[in-house]
Amino acid sequence: MSAELPFWASLILAVLLVTAGFFALTGSLGLLRLPHFYSRIHAPTLANTLSSFCIVLALIVTAAVTEHRFVAHSLLISFFLIITSPVTAMLLMRAAIKRELQRREEQGKSSVNAPEVKLEGPSLPEADEEAKEAGGATG
Amino acid sequence: MSLVLDIAVYFALGCFVIAIGMAVFRLAFGPSMADRILALDAMYINGMLTLLTLGLRFGSSLYFDIALLICIFGFVGSVAMAKFLLRGEVIEP
Repeated sequence: MSAELPFWASLILAVLLVTAGFFALTGSLGLLRLPHFYSRIHAPTLANTLSSFCIVLALIVTAAVTEHRFVAHSLLISFFLIITSPVTAMLLMRAAIKRELQRREEQGKSSVNAPEVKLEGPSLPEADEEAKEAGGATG
Repeated sequence: MSLVLDIAVYFALGCFVIAIGMAVFRLAFGPSMADRILALDAMYINGMLTLLTLGLRFGSSLYFDIALLICIFGFVGSVAMAKFLLRGEVIEP
């Protein structure tokens, strides 16, 4: 089926495939290397959607060149992934936040934004305000 | 199958396999449970992309149906596991 592809079509397909592979590799590299969960969650969610869109575009180009008609059922995967990927990300994010709060309460800090509790990742802005207030009180 | 397309297909397949390997690392050594579910999510999407690329390479339409099934059931599995982390049970009475 793919044997009768003209050269320009195979060039377009090659560019789309290389872009898709690059996006997938970037997403999983972000999943592997980013420091904490709240920054890790957006890398595969974003990059896998983009790479799947590139692959679906390559499938549509292949069907359009070889069969001379527009085949749209490959768009179903992209459509479904665009719908479901934010749902999964939001549920995972809520679960992670809930478990983080539970872990903090088990450590004995009942208040949610207690400034002496540090998250795993970025520093909390309340800590800076607390330090500023303490400095103003002593000075 | 021209040489350019062949090289691009092999490059994309290699990228997907490396991506699945990184997700397997995160699945094995993830610090929290949400990390592992996120790694499973990335794994099924990369496997689906591998199947789509194989379908493009061999010119078969069977791979597309398998990829659609993986897409649907992977989403259901991810949502079920995230719901389990969120509530403690999947189907609430």
